Amino acid sequence: MSIQLYRVDERLIHGQVIVGWGNELHPERIIVVDDDLAGSAWEQELYALGLPDEMTAVFCSVEEAIRRLGEWETDPVKSLLLTREVETMTRLAASGRLQGKEINIGGLHYAPGRRSILPYVYLSEAERHALKDLVESGAVPSAQDLPGGRRISVERLLKGGPEVS
Amino acid sequence: MSEGKVGGVVVAHGSMAAGLVEAVRAITGSDADALIPISNARLSPAALADQVRSACGTMPVIVFTDLPSGSCGFAARLLTREIGSMAVICGVNLPMLLDYVTHRDLPLDELVARLVEKGRASINGTPSSIAPNVDPAVPR
Repeated sequence: MSIQLYRVDERLIHGQVIVGWGNELHPERIIVVDDDLAGSAWEQELYALGLPDEMTAVFCSVEEAIRRLGEWETDPVKSLLLTREVETMTRLAASGRLQGKEINIGGLHYAPGRRSILPYVYLSEAERHALKDLVESGAVPSAQDLPGGRRISVERLLKGGPEVS
Repeated sequence: MSEGKVGGVVVAHGSMAAGLVEAVRAITGSDADALIPISNARLSPAALADQVRSACGTMPVIVFTDLPSGSCGFAARLLTREIGSMAVICGVNLPMLLDYVTHRDLPLDELVARLVEKGRASINGTPSSIAPNVDPAVPR
């Protein structure tokens, strides 16, 4: 398996991903799937500043990602695939290509309209629905911020606040 | 922030920013408004950018971040596109901030160059920095 981690994290390329998961999984490539970012060269440049020398980044739209998932899954380059929204991962999953794949919900922080579920997971109603759709598509989401952290099942995430302890 | 002086905002993970600012105040007794600490804890990228934007105000300002990458560095660099008189220095350390509070009246560009140099110069390690001309085989 060449995509070692599918992760929803609104901070995308940041310390937990590069250092926390990077030291555990040693990825060579970060795949960022986001329609807006795919069309914004300057934002891609900002995110790429955070990459260590041994990693490269690919920024692409959902449509392109669906087309290339098979290629990324089989090529020998070890990759992490990131989206900043649950809904983006759900659109990827709707293609049927994430059947049985574990999806890591890694960071959705406070914003108006979101409810606290975990210290690093806040969900709006729309995001709860997207999470349910992700499950229905056959993917297996769970929350875990770092490799050493506790994995929280999607059932517990969907139960909602107060914060899961 | 003080009129005519370059403002400072420290953006970092966990409680690092508050700790650095507290240390600067303890050592220099500097004005409470010289540096504003911001933690990225539990903040979405948009919420973090809002906090940094609000702290920066309209005067010349330097945003100090811990890591060059990640949410703190990203939020700061993002704002340079909308705040003209703003600079970002990544890899903040205490010696850099101590120099900042005593040289805030310098022009922004000059101050940034100075602080980057001060920050770099303050990093060293042992044993390479211990009496490099002394033969380690000779008992002292």
